[in-house]
Amino acid sequence: MGSRWNIVKAAVAGLAFCGAMASASYAADTVGLITKTETNPFFVKMREGAQAKAKELGVTLITAAGKFDGDNDGQVAAIENLISAGAKGFAIVPSDSKAIVPTIKKARDAGLKVIVLDTPLDPMDAADATFATDNRKAGMLIGQWASKTLGDKAANAKIVFLDLATNQPTVDFLRDQGFMQGFGIDVKDPNKYGDEDDKRICDHEISQGDQEKGRTAMENALQKCPDVNVVYTINEPAAAGAWEALKAVGKDDGSVMIVSIDGGCPGVKNVKAGVIGATSQQYPLKMASMALEAIVSGKIPDIDPKMGFLDTGAQLITAKPVEGVKSISVEEGLKLCWG
Amino acid sequence: MSDDTAGLATAERGLKGAGEALASFDEPDAGWIRRLQGFLHQYPTSIPFIVLLFGVIIFTIAAPDRFFAPFNFSLVLQQVTIIAVLGVAQTLVILTAGIDLSVGAIMILCSVVMGRTAVVYGVPVIIAFPLGLLCGLACGVVNGLIVTMLRLPPFIVTLGTWSIFGALNVWYSQSETIRQQDMQASAPFLQWTGTIIKPYDFFSRTLGLDWTFLKGWVLTYGSLLMLVLAVLIWYVLNRTPFGRHVYATGDDPDSAMLAGINANRTLIAVYGLAGLICAIAAWVLIGRIGGVSPQAGQTANLDSITAVVIGGTSLFGGRGSIVGTLIGALIVGVFRNGLALSGLELLWQDFAVGVLIIVAVTIDQWIRRISA
Repeated sequence: MGSRWNIVKAAVAGLAFCGAMASASYAADTVGLITKTETNPFFVKMREGAQAKAKELGVTLITAAGKFDGDNDGQVAAIENLISAGAKGFAIVPSDSKAIVPTIKKARDAGLKVIVLDTPLDPMDAADATFATDNRKAGMLIGQWASKTLGDKAANAKIVFLDLATNQPTVDFLRDQGFMQGFGIDVKDPNKYGDEDDKRICDHEISQGDQEKGRTAMENALQKCPDVNVVYTINEPAAAGAWEALKAVGKDDGSVMIVSIDGGCPGVKNVKAGVIGATSQQYPLKMASMALEAIVSGKIPDIDPKMGFLDTGAQLITAKPVEGVKSISVEEGLKLCWG
Repeated sequence: MSDDTAGLATAERGLKGAGEALASFDEPDAGWIRRLQGFLHQYPTSIPFIVLLFGVIIFTIAAPDRFFAPFNFSLVLQQVTIIAVLGVAQTLVILTAGIDLSVGAIMILCSVVMGRTAVVYGVPVIIAFPLGLLCGLACGVVNGLIVTMLRLPPFIVTLGTWSIFGALNVWYSQSETIRQQDMQASAPFLQWTGTIIKPYDFFSRTLGLDWTFLKGWVLTYGSLLMLVLAVLIWYVLNRTPFGRHVYATGDDPDSAMLAGINANRTLIAVYGLAGLICAIAAWVLIGRIGGVSPQAGQTANLDSITAVVIGGTSLFGGRGSIVGTLIGALIVGVFRNGLALSGLELLWQDFAVGVLIIVAVTIDQWIRRISA
């Protein structure tokens, strides 16, 4: 019995210690950063940017995240904690752009400044401001690049889309439809994919933005479109998976062009290696540090009312620039990359 | 399947007294349903096998030109390899009436340990690889120790360690991906499981045999490794005292204890072995994606449980087989591939797999009722 008591005592002591640590960190000038998950390199970089900025500004940063992509409840709890901690405000990447709105309203009513990053809310004006990549533009850039690189062959292209998820979250359809617009495909309803009738679209598969599932998706796509020559991928892990599938059937000879979006370091290196033809880079570090500055100073930068959000930029990275599509070199991209 | 019966018989012989009486169904006025029930009780792997055949037939009709081809079959085999290997680990644990929710997390952690030590820290692969295996073994033994020492339900223990191993993965990997090219440059051995082999070319070149039925098959060393592993674990379960102890512990830990089996030691060994197999799954994963992605395998634990359950292994312990698990994994692979090639959306693939799980457990319960 004795040893069991010791375990209980140790546990109680541990909990008390954690509690003491937590209350100690809730200082007067507190700001928060809530991301979708802890693990995604994009959010890891965002947190790094916020931490550096918080240090520079001399404020305390509390970071929190959902347990998985789509975890609304976890984010609600994180916001409630920030309200009760008396935070000045927070930046959030919403997991569910609709369901989080009432909680954000509660925070703003309590006097907190809320800046949404990366994924706009629905409605967008539910937050004080939105700092994000223009995902449609990011898609457009790779679409234009692909079309111009193919030249005359673009008219008979066979395109496979490795999308994100069946429920088509904003980032998914914005990138996908942006690519189509850039490539010159009639998108029909610009806010969803799958309703197009262009003959060049060979297949849509779901990759969940994951390398292993990206490979499986590409394998299945190859069964349906053996003569594919363009692969659009939602992000660079999916692109890396697609490449493995293409390599396995000997299509790594330059006959298939892969384009992607994100600008993570492994992705940019894959552009350099010729695995990915071009990628659109976005800037999580910049998003986070700008948001923290705005919250702490209380001054929100002017935002173009037509866009509705502050565009933190997207740049095309490719080793083979084409005329008419602005791009930066792989070397520049590597300096700006994340993850 | 005869292997399976042998396995069951051996297991039941281990129990002394329970076995033989159950396996005889020569009641004179037994109806065909009763006889079917008896047959299935005797040959439990026949159900998943029938489902697999059924799946192959409907998808051959639905997508004849794409689905029914050696190349596509070998593709399915490649796609299910990781889940099948994890399924082998999961089968061991479930046979003891436990469950391991941490298999996916152990796999990712091991792949990160192998990849990062070899590529990022430049440790020779001859050390990095065993280190990864050791990591898997250690994770498994931790599970086993907590289950036996603290006497907690495996569900709770592995729910906790799933989180713990996941956190260690994030910490150690720093969420950084290792690219295929970097892996190839410094540790190509870790990619070995992804190497492609064409059996037709192999046999015609080395033995001069023109086996045309092998044309179109494209396998990887990973899928062969999976088969070798399955045979090995099948042997352990069916032909060694340890295997009998596993079945006995799962069927009834108290009587196993009375029969002189050290149930705790058996459990620790089972969880440890399962962890080691997860490390092998990590090797297969690296081969498949070329590098290391700390984000991969988020649902692998549930997928492995799905394969085991559809393969006819009972969640209540003591009944089931490795062969069943392999077929279970193939069923999931065939349904996903077949539905995708037939042009159905992912959500209907999920729907179908869900139905399969419920049907599988229903049948398991129904067969069990014969002994009641």
